[in-house]
Order: sequence, then C-alpha cells, then structure tokens
Amino acid sequence: MTQKLIVIGAGMASGRVLEHLTDADPGAYDITLFNAEPRGNYNRIMLSPVLSGEKTYQEIVTHDDAWYAAAGVTCRFGERVVAIDTAAKTVTAETGEVLPYDKLLFGTGSNPFMIPLPGHDLDGVIAYRDLEDTERMMAMGPDNKVVVIGGGLLGLEAAAGMAARGVDVTVVHIMGHLMERQLDEAAGYLLRKSLEAKGITILCGANSKEILGENGRVRALLLEDGTELACDLLVMAVGIRPNVALAQEAGLAVGRGIHVDDQMLTSVEDVLAVGECVEHDGAVFGLVAPLYDQAKVAAATLLGQQAAFVQKSLSTKLKVTGCDLFSAGDFAEGEGREDIVFRDPGRGIYKRLVIEDDKLVGAVMYGDTADGSWFFGLIKDGTDISEMRETLIFGPAYQGGSPVDPLSAVAALPPEAEICGCNGICKSTITDAIAGGATDLGAVRATTKASASCGTCTGLVEQLLQVTLGDDFQMPAAQPMCGCTDLTHEDVRRLIKSQELKSQPAVWQELGWTTPNGCHVCRPAVNFYLLADWPLEYRDDPQSRFVNERKHANIQKDGTFSVVPRMWGGITNPTELRAIADAAEKYDVPTVKVTGGQRIDLLGVKGEDLPYIWADLNKAGLVSGHAYSKGLRTVKTCVGTDHCRFGTQDSTGLGIKLERALWGSWTPHKVKLAVSGCPRNCAEATCKDVGVVCVDSGYQVGVAGAAGMDVKETERLADVPTEQEAIDLTVAFIQLYRENAKYLDRPYKWVAKVGLDWVKARVVDDLEERARLIAAFELSQSIYRKDPWAEHAAKPAPFAPLANLELEAAE
Amino acid sequence: MSWIDIGHIDDIPLRGARVVKTPVGCVGLFRTGEAEVFAASNSCPHKGGPLAEGIVHGQKITCPLHNWVFDLNSGEAIGEDARIATYPVRLEAGRILLDGAAVGKRSAA
Ligand code: SRM
Ligand SMILES: Cc1cc2nc3c(=O)[nH]c(=O)nc-3n(C[C@H](O)[C@H](O)[C@H](O)COP(=O)(O)OP(=O)(O)OC[C@H]3O[C@@H](n4cnc5c(N)ncnc54)[C@H](O)[C@@H]3O)c2cc1C
Ligand code: SF4
Ligand code: FES
Repeated sequence: MTQKLIVIGAGMASGRVLEHLTDADPGAYDITLFNAEPRGNYNRIMLSPVLSGEKTYQEIVTHDDAWYAAAGVTCRFGERVVAIDTAAKTVTAETGEVLPYDKLLFGTGSNPFMIPLPGHDLDGVIAYRDLEDTERMMAMGPDNKVVVIGGGLLGLEAAAGMAARGVDVTVVHIMGHLMERQLDEAAGYLLRKSLEAKGITILCGANSKEILGENGRVRALLLEDGTELACDLLVMAVGIRPNVALAQEAGLAVGRGIHVDDQMLTSVEDVLAVGECVEHDGAVFGLVAPLYDQAKVAAATLLGQQAAFVQKSLSTKLKVTGCDLFSAGDFAEGEGREDIVFRDPGRGIYKRLVIEDDKLVGAVMYGDTADGSWFFGLIKDGTDISEMRETLIFGPAYQGGSPVDPLSAVAALPPEAEICGCNGICKSTITDAIAGGATDLGAVRATTKASASCGTCTGLVEQLLQVTLGDDFQMPAAQPMCGCTDLTHEDVRRLIKSQELKSQPAVWQELGWTTPNGCHVCRPAVNFYLLADWPLEYRDDPQSRFVNERKHANIQKDGTFSVVPRMWGGITNPTELRAIADAAEKYDVPTVKVTGGQRIDLLGVKGEDLPYIWADLNKAGLVSGHAYSKGLRTVKTCVGTDHCRFGTQDSTGLGIKLERALWGSWTPHKVKLAVSGCPRNCAEATCKDVGVVCVDSGYQVGVAGAAGMDVKETERLADVPTEQEAIDLTVAFIQLYRENAKYLDRPYKWVAKVGLDWVKARVVDDLEERARLIAAFELSQSIYRKDPWAEHAAKPAPFAPLANLELEAAE
Repeated sequence: MSWIDIGHIDDIPLRGARVVKTPVGCVGLFRTGEAEVFAASNSCPHKGGPLAEGIVHGQKITCPLHNWVFDLNSGEAIGEDARIATYPVRLEAGRILLDGAAVGKRSAA
C-alpha cells in the first residue's frame, strides 16, 4: 500500500523535495501538501523584481496547478496545520479535520522578526516575506511615503523596488553603515550613495522608538532623537526567525530551529524537516543554496536511500537590485590577515581583498564586480595566491599592473569642483587657464586669482598643473597628510568642502585612500574637518580621537587620568570647592593641583572611576573643563573693575561670557583666551590665542599669541568700543580658524600662513562675512555646547573592564 | 584550550577596544572596522602605555602615549624591535571567547 506523506508548507525547500521525490519514484507516496499562503510554491527570491514591476507574479510561479496534478499532489492551499499528534501519527488542519500520515515533512520556513515597538500591531505595519506583503508595497505610488526599518539586503530591496515606482522611501538603519554584515564601511558608503541617487533617503545610526498611529493605522515612525518620519506604510525588514512553534508544540527537539540530523530527520520518528525552519549542527539557514542540498537529502531519506547533508563553506554572494555590488567570503574574524585595497574615485570603484596564509578568504567590491566569480572561485577552492599577489586585485585579465596614480583623486574631480574657496575658482577655470598658457603657479595666480589669497589651495592648483601638463610641470614636494594618501591637509580640507564629503568613508573613497580606514595620524584630522564643516550631518567619531578626547580626561604616564572641572573665568565658590574636596577624598585622588589656567586639577584618577567622579562633580554644577581637548581650554581673567583700583572694564564678566559662548567647541588645536582689565595685563592676555586688554575707550582684541614651545606676542585684530563687538570678533575669529586651519596648527601658526590681513578682511572689515561666521559657529554649538561628562556619567559601563578573569571560582 | 565567554562583540565599539583583567595582567580586546576582535597584552613595551586606550586602524593599534604602532596579528611593533603577547580569541554567534588557558586561568573543571 502507498504510504501517506504530509508536507507542511509549500515553500522553496519542500518544493525541491517534491521534485526529487516525484522524479525518482512517482508512486512512492500519496502526498498531501498544506500551505498557509493561499497558493503553491513560487520563487520567493524573485519577489523584488515583482515589486519593482520588472516581472509579474505569474512569471515567478515554480509549481502551477498542472504541475501538482501531474505529480499527484493533493493541495490544501490557504490551510494551516494547527496541531500534530506524533504518537497517533496524525495532523490536524485548521478546519479541525484530522489526517493520518506515515511520514511527515516540515518546510515551514521562517517568520519575519517584528521589533516589538509600541505600535507594531497597527494596520500598515508589514514585513517583507510573501506575495501579500509585496502587493501592499505595490499599492504605493508617487503620492505615498514609506519608511523601511532595516538596511540589510531585504530592506534595501524593498526600498529600491518601491523607489522604482516613484514612492518616497526612507530607510532607517540602526548601524553605522548599510548591510554591515556583508559590507565594510567603504562599500557601504558607495551603496548608500547609489541608493540616494535613486531618491531613497537613508538614515544610519538611527534608533526607532515608537510607531505612531491614527485610527488604528500607521501615521509615522518616531526616532529616539525625536525625529518624526511620516509614512503611509511601514516595512520592517530586520531579520527572520525559524518558524518552529508548531514543531515545538508537537514535542520535537527545537533549539533556534527544528533539530535535524545529517539525514534531515528530526528527533521524532518518521518526521523530517527542511529549509529555514531547521537547525543543523548548530547552524540555521537564510539563503536557498544550502536548502536545495537539504532537499536532495530529504528526498533520498524518504526513498530509503543513503545520503547525508554537509554544510558548505560559509561564503555567500549577494546582489542588491541595480547596484553593482559583490561580497563574498569572510572578512571578519580570525588572526593573521592582510588587506589589499584598490580605489578609483573617478569611476566610483572600491575593491578590497582579505588574505590569510597566502589564500584569499574574503572580497568586497563595488562599482566593478566583473571579477567577482573569479575571486569567489579562489576563495572556495582555497587557491594559493602567493604567486599572483602583486596583481591579484586587478583580476584574472591583468598581469603586471601599474600602481594607482597618486593624482587620480584630483584628476577625477568634476570641472565645476571649487578649488580656491577665497575667490570661488573652480577646476575648469584653472585648467582652461593652464591650456591658455599659464604653465606655472605664478601664472595661474595672475590669470585666475586661484591660490592668490590665503594660499591653502596651492597644493591642489599644483596638482592640476601636473595632471594637465604631465612631465612638463615639476611638482614641488608637498607633505602628504600621512601614508594613507598623497594629499596634504590643506588639499583634504578644500576637497571636503567643495566635494561635499560628509563622512569618513566618503573621504577615504573619493580621495583614494590606500588603507581600509585610515591611521592614527589622518583619522583624528579627518574627523575634525568633517565635524567642523558639516556640524549637522556629521557626528563626532570617538574612535577617531586620541585617548584624552575619547575619555574626556588626560591620560597620565601610569595609565590613570586627570580631571579638571571648568571654573568659568577662573571664578569659583565654597560649594564647588567643597565638591572638589569631597570628590578628591572619595576617589583617593593622590594629587590636587592649582593649574596655570586658573582652575584645579585632580590628578591620578582611575579610569573606571571617571564616570562616578564626574557624576559627583556634576551634582555641584561643575562641568568638564575640556583640559584634554583640541577645543576651548580656559579664559583667564583678572579681577577687573569688581575689585581692582585700576580696572577699566568688567574683565571677569567678559571672560565668563566668552567662556560660556565658546565652551564645548572643537578646534584644530587647543584655544586659550584671557581678558585683562587694564594694560598692566595681569591675565597675561597678550600671549594667548585670543587676548583682550580692556582700556578706557573699550577693548583691544589681539590674536595669534603663543606661550608654549614658541613665545610670541599677540597681533592686534582690532580695537572696538563695546563688549558685544569684542565677543563678536572673538567668535568670528575662532570660526574662521575652525574652517580653515590645518589640524594641530595653533592659531599663531595658521595666521602666519594665511596672513593677518586676510583674517582681518573677513573678521573685521566684511560685516556680512563676520555675521556668517558667527551664525556658523552658533549652528555648530547647537550640537557641541554641552557637558560630555554628564553624558558619559549616565552610561558608565564602557569605562569598566569587559570582564574580570582574575577571580577564581570558590574552591 | 578553554574558551571563556567574556562578552558580546557589540560591547566593543567599532575600531575601539576594551580590557579584560586576567591572571597575566590586563589583556586588550581590540575590534577592527569589522566584526573582528584581537586579543593582546594591554601594556606597551616602551613605557607601559595602556594600548586599549589607543587608536585602532586596519589591524593595528597605536599606543596612546608615544605612538608606537603594533600589528595585532603578530604583536610585532612596526619599526621597533619589540612585540606584545597575543592571545587566542574567537567569535561565536556574536560572543567573544578568550582562551582561558593562555591567559593563565585554570580551567573550571
Ligand atoms: C595642568 C597644566 C600644568 C599645571 O599644572 O598648571 C598643563 C598640563 C599639561 N599640558 Fe600644558 N598645562 C597647563 C597650562 C599650560 C600653559 C599655560 C596656560 O594655559 O596658561 C601653556 C602655555 C600656553 C600655551 O598653551 O601655549 C601650556 C602649554 C602646553 C603645550 C605647548 C603648546 C604649544 O602649542 O606650544 C602642550 C603640548 C600640546 O598641547 O601639544 C601642553 C600639554 C599639556 C599636557 C596636556 C601634556 C599631555 O599631553 O599629557 C599636560 C596634561 C597634564 C595632565 O595630565 O593634566 N601644554 N600648558 C596646565 C593646565 C591649564 C588648565 O587649567 O587647563
Ligand atoms: C524578498 C526576498 C528576497 C530573497 N532573496 C534571496 C536571494 O537573493 N538569495 C537567496 O538565497 N535567498 C533569498 N531569500 C531567502 C529565500 O527566499 C528563503 O531562504 C527560502 O524561501 C526559504 O525556503 P523555505 O522553504 O524554508 O521557506 P518558505 O519559502 O518561506 O516556505 C515556507 C512556507 O510554509 C508555510 N507555512 C508555515 N507554517 C505553516 C503551517 N503551520 N501550515 C501550513 N503552511 C505553513 C508558509 O506560509 C510558507 O509559504 C529571499 C527572501 C525574500 C523574502
Ligand atoms: S610643562 Fe611639560 S611637564 Fe609640565 S605640565 Fe606642561 S607638558 Fe607637562
Ligand atoms: S608607552 Fe607606548 S609608545 Fe611609549
């Protein structure tokens, strides 16, 4: 008598089992196929082309009615199996009907994971898994807004598909870059760029807080930072979980998935499982290739043949609709690895190979993926690549490749790229002038004015001369920023502005960095340039800062830290002093010192105590003094008119106002100010970065002084009659310094390069420019004028060791 | 080897580091730009700088005190005749496992 086989789920895996089974022995089983979806097996992978309109549902059906009829399968589509009795060997359908089986096959797939945010059960909140979801998305048009949570493969496919229909799509992704599990930052950046070019808005590092509704329907997504994203449909594509509830209730052994052995047999006799619902040897599956191997084995097992499922190497190969992207193998985990990086900013190409023990183990590529399968083959076969290492990155067709041209970043700039910011001169104006006979720097300056003002774009102009004239131009040797690039600091600053580069991966890619993510020299500089130029779009990256700025304290030679609270204008009071004294006692601070900057330094605090001592100091109203930062340090003051018989103006008050305005801002190097109440200059204002000396007629504002490794008197920026003007000039000067100076140049070094006249023209004479500088500084301060200690004190965990293995278990 | 679960990969920021106290002293756990973690001595052979406070770039760490650079694969200092000890570490389903035997921890069994 024919045995009865019942199959739960008509998915891609069980469909393959049925094909193998009926091909090999059509009469072996009397088959009944249940499916919760009201249809048979279709190619789920092709839902995205259906969504974008490139294909119809009919075209992606794998098994149609005729196929099932020919194979003799009884179809019960739109019917869920609700219970199984493994002792009696029966299944119960949704209708209550009980059917006996001889063999049972689970192919229940996965459930999309829904983040349990408030509002996740509102109408209009969907996943991306089946035809119904796809149809909901296809109903959206140009008048609709959709938010997709999840910047992985599925979320991006959903977004790209809807964008192709003209829908206004926003992708909200919690991680720092898209598809972080398959791509590195650089490739993630290029992917983002091309998706944005399709009109998709992408928010990375964005944390969803709540789904807002109206009359039971979704209205908007609320983010942790308060942003509200209006939407008519919200798609959650944040991952899948094996669908195991039914198996669990039936008493099968279940971990993350249904446990199966090498024959695809579960823990219960005569019950098999295949597909995304299984767990084999600790692994669960989310791509079809291994599922097809499982299907072959399951069919053999059902036919009483010998077969065993073997997990293949973990390599995966991925494609996102319309993006030239490739990722294979493993570029995480493991020791002894090396990178080969190739970037061609002009053509938007990025390639990175990861090599271990003379074998290729991983590859990420963007923009030119033609060699993808070749690299994939090398990874899979474990080919020894030591012979071709030098030229490996150029692919199979290319031997003896020449190194990348260091000038390629400048050559790749579009003609309208602005080279000289002072005079607004773009690339084509300069190349035209060169073509017209201006063959040296002086001639270019004379004909175009480029590089004739502050001079910081000189390096770029010289590179353009070289690119245009080739060997006819002798390039003076400029000092590149570091080993990761041939560009100087000034070149990089200029290009960040003119090319609107707003992230570190954008800088690395568009300017042709030769390392995957920079080094300790360039990263802090690039991080500063980005946050100074794009205060709203770019967020400070603590991992690109020296320890002092990351820890908000100065590291000592024994690895402890010093803590210096701010004392506005050098003024303190008994409450603050008491709080400092208490903190010093409580945390066993070995040294308490009065600094040269008119405040108190607690030296020798243990790293893990930092958040706690800050919290205590915060309670007394004390905030970080930024004694560790490339930013505003102190504003030294003297006692001024309040007490001193010679004081002409309120120097203490002005100092406090300046410190309140400037604190928290990041600058190219540290910035120190002082205000003295009269020319006796007790606050030593004439050797500061900005020093104000009060006189009867008003305020003498000096800049570019020094008293460290060099000693130099300030130069007079201007004399002004009112306190407000003294503040305005100071703020405008600091902002001009932030926008233009090379990282780690103190103001006196920077002014020596650009000239005091150039500074005066912008800060003193041009009132419009002064107002712009002040507004730009205020905008930046809307983000940075705050106490970093308070923020970190709220989250002390990262300051403690990750684990303590010193302690032995009780003996 | 005796693998000890010391935390989750996301407890260490991208291109960041944390320390683990062990019987052989502080061990730095360094995460690169990927889901990749290295374990090495936290103490710089130059003047004892705490390496976990340095900057991680590529598969290298720069000491926060005087900028010596170490390759995290081998522990070799670049351009200096010095090296730091490295320890076996691996990742499993996002958990960081450190070899307890190598850091002087007697096995629990
Ligand atoms: C604490 C203090 C000495 C004191 O006990 O008085 C001090 C301590 C340090 N100074 Fe200073 N400087 C201190 C006032 C000064 C002054 C005088 C002043 O500010 O009135 C100067 C000269 C003025 C100037 O800034 O140029 C000064 C010029 C420097 C320099 C040289 C800067 C230069 O451009 O030439 C450095 C090195 C650097 O910044 O690169 C430096 C660096 C340092 C560092 C941060 C060294 C380091 O990187 O670890 C010291 C940190 C000690 C710690 O762990 O807390 N320190 N340092 C003073 C803190 C003032 C404050 O309240 O914030
Ligand atoms: C949009 C999209 C794009 C994808 N792209 C790719 C890709 O490019 N490459 C790749 O390799 N993979 C891709 N995948 C993943 C791939 O589709 C899955 O790995 C594969 O479909 C899993 O097959 P399965 O048979 O295990 O489960 P499924 O195909 O999900 O089938 C399970 C079926 O079981 C039914 N079911 C569940 N419980 C019951 C019950 N109690 N009673 C009756 N029926 C039940 C469900 O309704 C479902 O129809 C993609 C997936 C999606 C959603
Ligand atoms: S003078 Fe030198 S030793 Fe003294 S605090 Fe300043 S940097 Fe340190
Ligand atoms: S202590 Fe590490 S470089 Fe000096």
